[in-house]
Amino acid sequence: MMQSPQRAAAAEAAEHLLLTLTIAGRLCGIPVPRVRDVLANQAIARIPLAPPEVAGALNLRGRIVTALDLRHCLGLPPAEAGVTRMSVVVEQEGELYSLLADSVREVLNVPVEAREELPETLRGTWREHAVAVHRLQDELLIELDTDRLLAVGSRGTGEWRR
Amino acid sequence: MDDLIAEFLAETTEALAELDTALVRFEREGGGGGDTLAGIFRMVHSVKGTCGFLGLARLEGIAHAAETLLGRYRDRELEVTSTGVTAVLVAIDAIRSIIQGLAETGSEPTGDDTALLAMLAEAARDATAPPPPPAAVATADAEPEPAPAPPAAAPAHPVTTGAAAGPDPVQAIRVSLGVLDDLMTLASELVLVRNQLLQVARGQENSPFTTPLQRLSRITTELQEGVMKTRMQPVSAAWNKLPRLVRDLAAELGKKIELELTGGETELDRQVMESIRDPLTHMVRNSADHGLEDPEVRRRAGKPEAGRISLAARQEGGRIVIALSDDGRGIDFARVRARALERGLATEAEIAAMRDQEVARFIFRPGFSTASGVTAVSGRGVGMDVVRTNIERIGGTVELESEPGRGTTLSLSIPLTLAIVSALVVQAGGERFAVPQAAVAELVRVGGTGAPVEWLDATPVLRLRGQLLPLVPLGPLLGLAPPPAAGPIDGFVAVLQTGGLRYGLLVDGIFDTEEVVVKPVAPILRDLSVFSGNTILGDGSVIMILDPAGIGRSTGAQSGTEPAAATLASAQRRDDAAQLLLFRIAGSATPVAVPLSLITRLELLQPERIENASGQLAVQYRERLMPLVPIGAWTPPEAGRAQPTLVFQDGVRAVGLLVEEILDVVEQQLSLRSSEGQPGFLGSAIIGDRATDVLDCAYWLKQGDPAWFERAGGPPPRVLVVEDSSFFRQLVVPSLVAAGYSVTACVDAAEALRHREEGLAVDVIVTDIEMPGMDGFGLLAALRRGGAWADIPVLALTGRQQPADAARGLAAGFTDYIQKFDRDRVLDALTRAIGERAA
Repeated sequence: MMQSPQRAAAAEAAEHLLLTLTIAGRLCGIPVPRVRDVLANQAIARIPLAPPEVAGALNLRGRIVTALDLRHCLGLPPAEAGVTRMSVVVEQEGELYSLLADSVREVLNVPVEAREELPETLRGTWREHAVAVHRLQDELLIELDTDRLLAVGSRGTGEWRR
Repeated sequence: MDDLIAEFLAETTEALAELDTALVRFEREGGGGGDTLAGIFRMVHSVKGTCGFLGLARLEGIAHAAETLLGRYRDRELEVTSTGVTAVLVAIDAIRSIIQGLAETGSEPTGDDTALLAMLAEAARDATAPPPPPAAVATADAEPEPAPAPPAAAPAHPVTTGAAAGPDPVQAIRVSLGVLDDLMTLASELVLVRNQLLQVARGQENSPFTTPLQRLSRITTELQEGVMKTRMQPVSAAWNKLPRLVRDLAAELGKKIELELTGGETELDRQVMESIRDPLTHMVRNSADHGLEDPEVRRRAGKPEAGRISLAARQEGGRIVIALSDDGRGIDFARVRARALERGLATEAEIAAMRDQEVARFIFRPGFSTASGVTAVSGRGVGMDVVRTNIERIGGTVELESEPGRGTTLSLSIPLTLAIVSALVVQAGGERFAVPQAAVAELVRVGGTGAPVEWLDATPVLRLRGQLLPLVPLGPLLGLAPPPAAGPIDGFVAVLQTGGLRYGLLVDGIFDTEEVVVKPVAPILRDLSVFSGNTILGDGSVIMILDPAGIGRSTGAQSGTEPAAATLASAQRRDDAAQLLLFRIAGSATPVAVPLSLITRLELLQPERIENASGQLAVQYRERLMPLVPIGAWTPPEAGRAQPTLVFQDGVRAVGLLVEEILDVVEQQLSLRSSEGQPGFLGSAIIGDRATDVLDCAYWLKQGDPAWFERAGGPPPRVLVVEDSSFFRQLVVPSLVAAGYSVTACVDAAEALRHREEGLAVDVIVTDIEMPGMDGFGLLAALRRGGAWADIPVLALTGRQQPADAARGLAAGFTDYIQKFDRDRVLDALTRAIGERAA
């Protein structure tokens, strides 16, 4: 498996900014430079036949943004119906995607000393979508790999258009 | 450095596109065109200069060698030869491929150009005047000659030399497509906000916001149109590679071909442009390979040796029509018939009954080829079916006309833009979806009061005018509902016609049509073939746009559903048969009929959209207020029930007639019994064993818009209609009256001539061809022999439309030769005939 740019960058940088969010009680982080917007409780239109990670599409000020449910991406149980979810909008190759998290917290400046490689024993989906673990004062922060999260389409087995 | 390379790439790509065209022109002019050569030299020179500056050694070497050769041509030291031009063209190809590598990797790809450089040097040396050969080689290899054209000056070249930019070189700047797309997004967003505001304001009377809102509304529309315009490009950008292609093809095939391009300044949205580039190339290849004969054959047939392919673009309303004609051998219809029979596409009897035009449609079927051998040029596994599929994917149509021995014309009709399409919003499984209106042939209510859905094993079908239409239930297809069980189904069927597919999309509900801004789906959803895009509706919600062709493919609906021979043959209606829309009006059980050709659209209006302004009903329709006229004892529909509406449109004017229920479309001969007493109806007729009233459209349209029949200034032009069929008289006369003509109708040629003797003044005559007694040709001859009407334009109306008939008609001296039911063409021809006469 090729190393993603984010993994490489994370290994080099002395410190970096992470937007922290929670998914089913876990504290996770996404590099701030990738984040374009954070929104609450948007109406999401379902997209039939889409990969299961795709929660739907939403209207971000006139742009259509595809929403991925981080719970599904990470193999966690779905959120309860009617609960407010947060949209973290990230950009990949000029295209915007919304990552649905349970809540969004503060932006943290994570020092490189606190960074740990992923433990060998980490389970499948987490291992696949995480870049590193950061030791915070009283908890652990899992840094997510946005490129890996957004790679859902390329794993799809559906027929190719054109 | 990166920016410099990007800029260099952008301008060089543009310059290369123009170079091809310019070089072919140059060769044809035999080197006489000094301006052309100077332009070519300048472009190559500028490429060379910039390459040197950027340290692109391969590019510089090739450009330099080409420049040396061109320089000698320019200075008239060398005779321009075909070999020389070929060498330059090869050099340009090499430059192009290096540029492409550069764009992909950011650095020059490696490669060996020795052979090419030698070829250019050879051409530069090969001459009557003997310049020392080693010198030429040395020049090509060594002489550094550093950048005479600094990059700062370079951007001026593509703009000023841009022949494609149209005849009027105005001031222009280069704007990145990203910026334009962002502007487009913002404008669309503004439209949505405007729509929301309008919705809010509608509920409030005498609001101080009304006037500023109206201004905002107008400005928004103008802004959106303006932004759309910035995305337009002249169509010549899609065909600037064709002269080169044709030149190469001619050489490859041993034919002489002249290519004529007209209307290149016609503008198209850049997205549409991308979609037609390949089909156009394929069509030109096809014409050159199959259409045009060898010079020898042409000479024997008494044609000029050089075949002609002409490409003409023009705008017609919201569409662009591109016609590609050749003067080649035409289509061998006998051969197409034989091949269709051989492939089992239709029975012998059906094929025999088909007209050539219908037979021509077989050519667009996948894998259908009459070419006996596959040639290197067009036997590439793609056929006309691919052209049709590509064109239809963007909502366009392809038509083919051919006259054996005289040539073939392919007409593409494509929308100006893909960014905005009219879409029908439907509901299935609790979700809404948009269907491109261009694919919707008709809407049918099924179950309940409508036609029943029937079952063939586990497949639902609908019997529609004697044919079985396969149904695709949308909800189950999208996994939103369980597969339907055999049994009655309530809902709506949108009959979709796309490519060779025809099927009914079974949905739970139908909403309005809306003009939507199409946005591509996210890359991670690209493999969902049932969607062609997504969009944001007026209420701000996101919905998916269905791809009718993709749905057809994914359900395997194509097998056996093509309205092939059987349908084509049955569609061959008798001259007097017309398609009639049957509907019911409030408070009456008698069905009412109106010729379908007069109706522009059928709409289902939501009752809350219907406004009542001092007794006059109206609706906001496509940015305008459209008057609505209820027929019969109309009452507003209950909430939640849509109001069926027949929309009649004439230019910008539109009137909607409110009816109770739309019943069916039937095709049959009408024998009309007129009834004097009942205003609003022409009379009655028996349709499908039932007494049916025939609507007098003129009466109702006048109710909605008293100005409908008024023309700007002057007395109305006078038309004499000669037509023996009372039905056609009833059909043609009201539509002419509606268009503002003063009409005199008569039943045969003798009556027409009597009118002439009585001194009736007319401006134009419209006559049927086949009439008892003296026919149309006879009447024309009688008129032309002398008398008061000797030089009045005479249009022929015919039920038959064969190219040969049209040719015979025009040869006999008819001003135009038109098919009876084509209302728009009839009106168009009349306007033209009168205009020409006045001029």
